Amino acid sequence: MVSHHPQKRLAGPLARARGLGSAKHGLQHWWTQRVSAVALVPLTLWFVYSVVHLTGADQARVHAWLSRPATAILMSLFIVATFYHLALGVQVVIEDYVHREGVKLTTMLLVKGLIVLTAAAALFAVLRVAVGS
Amino acid sequence: MADATPTRRPRPISPFLFPPTGIYRWQITSTLSILHRVSGIALGFGALLLTWWLLALLGEPSDFDAVQAFLGSPLGLLLLLGWTWALFFHLSNGIRHLVWDTAHGLELPSVYRSGWTVVILSVVLTAATWVAGYFLV
Repeated sequence: MVSHHPQKRLAGPLARARGLGSAKHGLQHWWTQRVSAVALVPLTLWFVYSVVHLTGADQARVHAWLSRPATAILMSLFIVATFYHLALGVQVVIEDYVHREGVKLTTMLLVKGLIVLTAAAALFAVLRVAVGS
Repeated sequence: MADATPTRRPRPISPFLFPPTGIYRWQITSTLSILHRVSGIALGFGALLLTWWLLALLGEPSDFDAVQAFLGSPLGLLLLLGWTWALFFHLSNGIRHLVWDTAHGLELPSVYRSGWTVVILSVVLTAATWVAGYFLV
């Protein structure tokens, strides 16, 4: 990529200094996908551990578990990290397989809209239980 | 000398690539790569289930029982088993990817070894989780 021929450099000095490339987002997608992945390692292990302990639990027991501050905080973080990581991953899948611009944009908006809606619902449920109605 | 009607050879067409009928030999690298994507999408649907489960906490106790009853049905248990494996596979293979991002473990023997480690680990962790869940009921 690095050329010592000034004529072969297509990007101007400012564009190269910004380092954002043709997509104008630079490393942001790649990096945030990794950051959310790293966050999800401990959060996922905690989630599985918790769910195993809640096997066969009724509503009162799960409600009591989720209303504990530590649970509510970790579950909120788990939800945010999960749906954020999901949105980033789904974006790549759509970009890889859907090539017509109009269809791609529509699919992207629909799927990401659904992810945001679901994330908001999950987060609302946690906060409602934790803070009380 | 020149034949009046040259025999028509069948024109080359793009071959089907993927096993079992394609021209490629099966390899763990590509299999785990596509499984990472497939398990990720499956976990996205699992996140919908998690949301349903959490929302059921806001309704009547019978609403929550309905979710638990579905999860305890044969179809529900099968889905949970699939999601458990998808979760552990995506988790361990994701860590494999994070290691690769540090430019380590990229030699082919190392890639194969970590690949099989991920497969075995995901199955062992899935089994351990279900055994633990079974004994805790």
